[in-house]
Amino acid sequence: MSADHKRIDPDDINAQAAQWIERRDFGTWNSGEQARLDRWLTESAAHRVAFLRLNSSWKRTERLIALRAPSKPSVVEPKPKRNIVGIAVLTFAFVAMVAGGVALRLSVPQYKTYATALGGHRIIALNDGSRIELNTDTRIRISDAGAQRQVWLDQGEAYFQIKHNATHPFTVMASGNRIVDLGTSFLVRKEQSRLEVALIEGRARFEPSNSASQHPTVLASGDVVVATPDSVSLTRKSQRNLAGDLGWRRGVLVFDYTTLADAAAEFNRYNRQKIIVADADVARHTVVGTFPATNVELFGHVVQVILGLRVEQHKDEIIISR
Amino acid sequence: MVEKSGTDRERAGVPNAAETAASAADLWFDSEVLPLEALLMQFLEHNWRNPSDIPDLRQDVYVRVYEAALRSVPENPKQFVLATARNLLIDRVRHEQVVPIESAADLDSLGVAFDAPGADRTVSARDELRHLQAALDRLPPRCREVVILGRIEGLSRTEIAARLRVTEHTVSRYLSQGICMLADILHGEPANIRRQV
Repeated sequence: MSADHKRIDPDDINAQAAQWIERRDFGTWNSGEQARLDRWLTESAAHRVAFLRLNSSWKRTERLIALRAPSKPSVVEPKPKRNIVGIAVLTFAFVAMVAGGVALRLSVPQYKTYATALGGHRIIALNDGSRIELNTDTRIRISDAGAQRQVWLDQGEAYFQIKHNATHPFTVMASGNRIVDLGTSFLVRKEQSRLEVALIEGRARFEPSNSASQHPTVLASGDVVVATPDSVSLTRKSQRNLAGDLGWRRGVLVFDYTTLADAAAEFNRYNRQKIIVADADVARHTVVGTFPATNVELFGHVVQVILGLRVEQHKDEIIISR
Repeated sequence: MVEKSGTDRERAGVPNAAETAASAADLWFDSEVLPLEALLMQFLEHNWRNPSDIPDLRQDVYVRVYEAALRSVPENPKQFVLATARNLLIDRVRHEQVVPIESAADLDSLGVAFDAPGADRTVSARDELRHLQAALDRLPPRCREVVILGRIEGLSRTEIAARLRVTEHTVSRYLSQGICMLADILHGEPANIRRQV
């Protein structure tokens, strides 16, 4: 008798792996379900390889979304719209869509503006149960137009926890890109010429500003899109790193082998007193740990003690050097 | 009394050594091993008489390869996968003594014939889309329709069921079937051993 008789039917494992993916992508999914999947995956290498194999090809098929009939007229344009006029044009297109394409509405869209100052943190609870959390130095506008759920992220970073409603999808516009919620929470961070969207839980659709050359993508938990004026790329982050990215919600910055240069830039987003790293060699040091976002002094002290660097405290700045 | 505290213990937020090994193995398996599937299938087909055993053999090769990667990630994925496949076939023959192996040692010639298994990973987005579309077209009609609604239109299981006036269970079955078949097609399973799902 060979051991083969005891082996579990691989077709069966395959079917189970497919069911997990189906439930994750098309059913209701939460952290409890994720924990059950994680447990199943650690039960045996056979489970894990079957899942990895199906998941890898299934992820590839996300590109098929490009075949969807366009929801807005695609305009061939050599350069992405990125200025105030561009936003106005999109806003106008949006208003025209609200009107059902029947008539051109000339009225300015109605919205409320919410903002935070440097180091600020604000939670906005919407009537539909959704929540938006603003990080430091952030400005958003929320559409007031009836059932339409639309937000513009004009500046900064915001965390969206959206109550899904298939008939009234929640959309976020940022740098001309559109993020459409499909039952989800996600983080959007806008910088000068870079937009980062991290999907924390559930799914959302990302529609790049330059829709003539870039296709929409459905984002799953852990997916991170980075869009610049000329490119859109998709990477993944572990749950642990995503939790770190959300540290500001509890008022902390989480560094995980972050270079001093990047850590300083992070602190400078929150504080008037700016950290200046004197030279490139010093900037390459890395830091690990969790720090209060608004306590620059403490960070300076830790850098001094742990990394053995020189830290000069001034009124408006902290200079770190060798 | 039985102490169960060991299994109930809360997991720490920091990944332990085993988790780190698993994520390294996952990454390696995804980026280095799966693109070799067409080559592996060719090898198994060439060296094993009974086509209905092939999916089963492929799974066993993957398990062995993955378990090895948990200990340490092999340097040359192609050589390692094919050597694992050959050893597996030899083990099977010894155990079952039914199917003779014709040319299980013929690794090098196969290796040359398939020197660029990763080539289609560098195709343009447009070619990739065409490729995916062709894969979609090979699904059975009903399954294809459900996958299109789910994958392209972005509908949930409940929404698809309502649209097609079928039960959610049926939708779920078609989606699972689609996920399996697309894996076979996209990982390059030769057409003559397409599996019944």
